[in-house]
Amino acid sequence: MYEKTIAQLSAGLASGQFSSEELTRVFLERIERSNPQLNAFITVTAESALAQAQAADQRRQRGEAGPLTGIPIAHKDIFCTNGVRTSCGSQMLDRFIAPYDATVVERLNTAGAVMLGKTNMDEFAMGSSNETSYYGPVRNPWDLNAVPGGSSGGSAAAIAARLTPGATGTDTGGSIRQPAALCGITGIKPTYGRVSRWGMIAYASSLDQGGPMARTAEDCALLLTAIAGFDPRDSTCVDQPVPDYAAALNRPLAGLKIGLPKEYFGTGLDNTVAAVIETAVTEYRKLGAETVEISLPNSQLAIPAYYVVAPAECSSNLARFDGVRYGHRCDNPKDLLDLYTRSRAEGFGAEVQRRILVGTFALSAGYYDAYYLKAQQIRRLISDDFRRAFDQVDVIAGPTSPTVAFNLGEKVDDPITMYLSDIYTIAVNLAGLPSLSLPAGFVGQRPVGLQLIGNYFAEERLLSVAHRYQQVTDWHNRVPAAFA
Amino acid sequence: MEWETVIGLEIHAQLATKSKIFSAAATAYGAEPNTQACAIDLGMPGVLPVLNQEAVRMAAMLGLAIGANIARRSIFARKNYFYPDLPKGYQISQYELPVVEKGELLIDLDDGSSRIIGVTRAHLEEDAGKSLHEDFHGQSGIDLNRAGTPLLEIVSEPDLRSAKEAVAYMKKLHQMVVYLGICDGNMQEGSFRCDANVSVRPKGQSQFGTRAEIKNLNSFRFVERAIEFEIERQIDLIESGGKVVQETRLYDPDKGETRPMRSKEEANDYRYFPDPDLLPLALDEAFIETVRASLPELPDVKKQRFITQYGLSAYDAEVLTAGRPLSDYYEAVVALLGGEPKLCANWVMGDFSAFLNRDSKEIAASPVNPEQLAALLRRIQDRTISGKIAKDVFEAMWMGAGDPDAIIEQRGLRQITDSSAIEKVIDEVIAANPDQLAQYRAGKDKLFAFFVGQVMKASKGKANPQQVNDVLVEKLKG
Repeated sequence: MYEKTIAQLSAGLASGQFSSEELTRVFLERIERSNPQLNAFITVTAESALAQAQAADQRRQRGEAGPLTGIPIAHKDIFCTNGVRTSCGSQMLDRFIAPYDATVVERLNTAGAVMLGKTNMDEFAMGSSNETSYYGPVRNPWDLNAVPGGSSGGSAAAIAARLTPGATGTDTGGSIRQPAALCGITGIKPTYGRVSRWGMIAYASSLDQGGPMARTAEDCALLLTAIAGFDPRDSTCVDQPVPDYAAALNRPLAGLKIGLPKEYFGTGLDNTVAAVIETAVTEYRKLGAETVEISLPNSQLAIPAYYVVAPAECSSNLARFDGVRYGHRCDNPKDLLDLYTRSRAEGFGAEVQRRILVGTFALSAGYYDAYYLKAQQIRRLISDDFRRAFDQVDVIAGPTSPTVAFNLGEKVDDPITMYLSDIYTIAVNLAGLPSLSLPAGFVGQRPVGLQLIGNYFAEERLLSVAHRYQQVTDWHNRVPAAFA
Repeated sequence: MEWETVIGLEIHAQLATKSKIFSAAATAYGAEPNTQACAIDLGMPGVLPVLNQEAVRMAAMLGLAIGANIARRSIFARKNYFYPDLPKGYQISQYELPVVEKGELLIDLDDGSSRIIGVTRAHLEEDAGKSLHEDFHGQSGIDLNRAGTPLLEIVSEPDLRSAKEAVAYMKKLHQMVVYLGICDGNMQEGSFRCDANVSVRPKGQSQFGTRAEIKNLNSFRFVERAIEFEIERQIDLIESGGKVVQETRLYDPDKGETRPMRSKEEANDYRYFPDPDLLPLALDEAFIETVRASLPELPDVKKQRFITQYGLSAYDAEVLTAGRPLSDYYEAVVALLGGEPKLCANWVMGDFSAFLNRDSKEIAASPVNPEQLAALLRRIQDRTISGKIAKDVFEAMWMGAGDPDAIIEQRGLRQITDSSAIEKVIDEVIAANPDQLAQYRAGKDKLFAFFVGQVMKASKGKANPQQVNDVLVEKLKG
């Protein structure tokens, strides 16, 4: 059963081939067997998963099942789960249990999905390799010496190793798409405001967006239909109807115009990755799409702008972790300042501290205009680039990441090189656009992801463009040998 | 040297919304610590603020009432600093683009003149919680009930030139927010509090002197005393060769002095930036016009109307329009009585207000309602009782003895208007006081009052005073 997609499992449950309880046990056993190797889960909720599975089976008997009823899934440990620890990959929240569910969690619960557990992630979603987690790095199922990408590395690795058929992730600068690419799965970052951020622990509020990760675009469509939509608890959530994303998947590609930004195929892109992407693009031409070269001239400004905006917002968002009300508190503080400084020095890891410091500096009196304001102006330039591009083309395609998965420890001491692995994903967050990564081949053992970028609220289009490709390719069906 | 004082006030008015500015938790005062703080107020991970529209409406009301611009687009910003009673590590406030800009307030001065004071801006923000340093054995307690309570910070131009002007401005603004119903005005509970920026400069100099900010003044008296102390301190300092430093000072009401709290060098860098969790606040014409239509009659307008419509003196109109409950009460009594506005004014400002004060009662809790007071005044009007007896009846009503008519009947207070009965009493009084009569007739006119008093006493106050007067004049002539 573990090799099936969510759509196939949904059909199996509907036809009575197996029960949700049986299905849930299969995945729980696989987690038990493989998680020590992969470290993809921080918390496994076996008991409540079985209870949810039984409830889902009963619901099905009553004839009240939907497409996700009884489907096991996992949540990135950034989404608050009522009664279950939400660590955000940090010692700061090692013992934090929220008394509320994130909207995303609530909606999947309502749909009858079964939560297997909480997946590992870079601390507070700050990282591109899953090595900044307090709970240790996650390993890439395709090569245990390689990183799975980050920050949603636990979700990506768990799906690739078939420990769960689907999971939630969050994407601030590529944190859904880059690990999806590096682990050979499909993940979509929706338009900013499409999915509620309520209960999703904030890293950079103006960039953060939750979204689904799964094997296929079809599965992502099923999950996104359940989690998207207006939520009055999030003022930045957009009140716009949610289509049935799965219903429009088979839209033909004939006449589709795909833009290939020349800036995404230049220096810095690994040749072997470039070759895989070009093959995928050729496949799209065969399917009837037209490709045109476009330009996103301000692309090179995306990383510097991101590393001002994101740290600035994070320096403020993470101020609440002060050891006063919840979370890590140092032993025997001698006064208030000692309580603050030691609790935060002990509770936060090096990368989180680095970004808090950078952000605090960028917002300081006398520097605000030069950094934060300038970065906001760059965001506008980048959005304008995309706006002009979408006057010409329907979607934009290119590599998700400039290289395949790198080795554990390879970039950990060199933050700038690490930051460059998000060079093609970050601009999308700065503009608030939807974007998807899907598996497009391999370089040796390691997967390559193709990134598709759409106009605002064009998730339906992106999912169907990815789905058509997955109808004629089988990259998404490949299983890492060690987990077959 | 002659010095000029320059004062600007920043006033925090707590808005009278039922729930907090960014959460659904209640704002009521005095609850058990931390019982009115939800996950949002506690700054829990993953929670988000949602703006309370009622707070926006109230801010717009003040803006329109002081003739200010209502920003069609304003921005919420984060003011970042660490403090144990600030749960998120930042306060959500408005910084560069406030919701209200450029208004003015007319203040009346003691010498009868008035001045226009500029209001630079008014912006919405959330209050912090409270740190409690007693009863925790060397530790501090945190009460977050107040965290997230909506505040309107109203900033004046540095237009005020004395402590008295500052107090007049503060009182006028206090009257305004209470009139508008957007603030309960309770200064003891901190619903209306003030920071004062004070500086001095040689008279005639256009440049401002270095200012000190006096924080958290929560009574009109403290504002006046703190500013007066501060002016004197600054002048003394400069005249003795010193320099005023820019700093924040606290007023100690027990010692009557201000003390330094922190200097500019120690001041926080608040690292303001637009709050990414909240969209810009956009207000359209329709909203603004709806708010405008909902504005009550403002104090200055009402005062003028009282003068022209009721023929009251400026002083009476001022007193009666000081607060909406009082002016509403007065107008209800006039309407019920169907006239005699001066009589009504005397009673509302006189006995009614005196009893309220004596018992520290709000008008809403008054034991005598406008119907009852009007019924009493009607008995003066139709001469059933005299004004003097009415005072006793009023007191009985206040004590809960029932309607005026019942009291008048039960206690036999009906006025004696039968001339033969009055003449009889007068004859007896004159007969009983031959010496005084002789003195009076010898030219000691002052004794007239003595005879009136004796007659009233003999009639237990019930004789109609006018009739007593008329008959006495005749009889005393002899």
